[in-house]
Amino acid sequence: MGEITLGQYYPTNSILHRLDPRVKFLGTLVYVVSLFLVRGPFGYAFCGAVLLVLIFLSKVPFLYVLRSLKPILFIMIITMAFNVFLTPGTILWRWGFLKITEEGIRMAVKMGIRLVFLVTGSSIMTLTTTPNSLTDGMESLFGFLRIFHVPVHEIAMMMSIALRFIPILTEETDKIRKAQIARGADFETGGFIKRMRAMIPLLVPLFVSAFRRANDLAMAMEARCYHGGSGRTRMKPLRYERRDVVAYAAMAAFLAICIVFSVTGL
Amino acid sequence: MLIELKDVCYTYGDGTVYEVKALDHINLGISEGEFIGLIGHTGSGKSTLIQHLDGLIKPTSGEVLFEGKNIWSEGYDLRSLRTHVGLVFQYPENQLFETDVITDVMFGPKNEGLTPAECEARAAAALRQVGIPEELYKVSPFDLSGGQKRRVAVAGVLAMDPEVLILDEPTAGLDPAGRDELLNQIRHLRDKRGITVVLVSHSMEDVALYANRLIVMDEAKIAFDGPPRKVFARYRELEKMGLAAPEITYIMHALRSRGLRVDTGAITVEEAKRSILMALSNRNSMKDGPL
Repeated sequence: MGEITLGQYYPTNSILHRLDPRVKFLGTLVYVVSLFLVRGPFGYAFCGAVLLVLIFLSKVPFLYVLRSLKPILFIMIITMAFNVFLTPGTILWRWGFLKITEEGIRMAVKMGIRLVFLVTGSSIMTLTTTPNSLTDGMESLFGFLRIFHVPVHEIAMMMSIALRFIPILTEETDKIRKAQIARGADFETGGFIKRMRAMIPLLVPLFVSAFRRANDLAMAMEARCYHGGSGRTRMKPLRYERRDVVAYAAMAAFLAICIVFSVTGL
Repeated sequence: MLIELKDVCYTYGDGTVYEVKALDHINLGISEGEFIGLIGHTGSGKSTLIQHLDGLIKPTSGEVLFEGKNIWSEGYDLRSLRTHVGLVFQYPENQLFETDVITDVMFGPKNEGLTPAECEARAAAALRQVGIPEELYKVSPFDLSGGQKRRVAVAGVLAMDPEVLILDEPTAGLDPAGRDELLNQIRHLRDKRGITVVLVSHSMEDVALYANRLIVMDEAKIAFDGPPRKVFARYRELEKMGLAAPEITYIMHALRSRGLRVDTGAITVEEAKRSILMALSNRNSMKDGPL
């Protein structure tokens, strides 16, 4: 479970860590959009270079960032295979119904690069931002939806609680699993049905404890007079600093360059 | 030697930013029939240590031996080890899952592969040992009181008939009566069946009263290991580790400093009472004597 870097904060103190979460969120959005704007090799090279600079700025070890690619490796291979074999165009090689086309290869490489950049790019955000400050940023960014009666604050609160509970429940699962193993439970051997049945001693206590914790938390929040978002003030309101303005400017420049690449097709 | 730890080290999150050393070159032997109290402040490595005794954690380096055999050697049957070494986790009531009490307690014996009749007999015996009356056997474990749940969970481990019983703070959150009852039952089991007990506790009074050997953990190492009286005599050092001696020992020290010649090594109320009465009668006889 500890394998997934996506959504795993890497604690260090870099300029990217200190940036306002809103900047990082919008920045990621801009980066993702730009990946679909650029078409030519120079455009991708530029996006890649920017990514490398960002990784360097984040002070997160390079290999640690790359670890976030592990979970999507499978999807990536499938996507690339589909593109290689199923894109119509100039045929380079054929065997039965399988054929490889020049356009297919080009498409596959493009998709591969896009996926790698996309996941790495968004990982930089999650690696440098704690889940809580990320939800804070999103709450503030999507605040305008309140006009349409979207309960923005409540959704953000639910998200941060859910995120907060992930490590707690992981730990709890581990504890219950060990307790049942100590009572001779066997989670590893046997067929599918047997393994599913073996999960009952793990899942029942886990659900019971999740509900108990949810109840306790609700009670604690009520005891502290929580009543939703209206009129609520923050202890640490999000405020833009100079570095955030600089980051926005850099972002705008980046987007402009990508648009140029897109128009010229380089 | 029943259980032996040789140079055991364990690191959580090995190779990541969150690396924490939980055990640092631990050497420890546990003999049959001992009642060991394991103390140490939060995060000193107690829980990690006891999980090694049951083969739930594989040491990063070092060896764990049960009856002379390395439990992590090729082909060792860890599941049979766990029927010999019973581990009751902290807040064990959180592991209850069955529809009624007796079926839940039967889970362990069932995993050993015993017949349903044997399982039931074992479960009933274990429930009797922890003092759960027969009326409750068919009740859902989730409908019991906190103290009852705790005892059912302990019975779930006892039903496996372990030779070694390890308990991680079994009395946390119990009221004083429930605490004394549970610990007395455990002592009774040890005296009657000769099982070995390892009791992790934050209560100096409890370990002073029940244990005949005390192991003190501090910063992933064993700081002291010896009879409770000897360990508590070094209460100044214990205090530096965030621990203390039993309250009564402090009272004895205070009395002594006021001139009453009591035994400052007393660690239980019973010992203290005897020592104080003796000191008082000595003093009185001296006063009544020549003069």
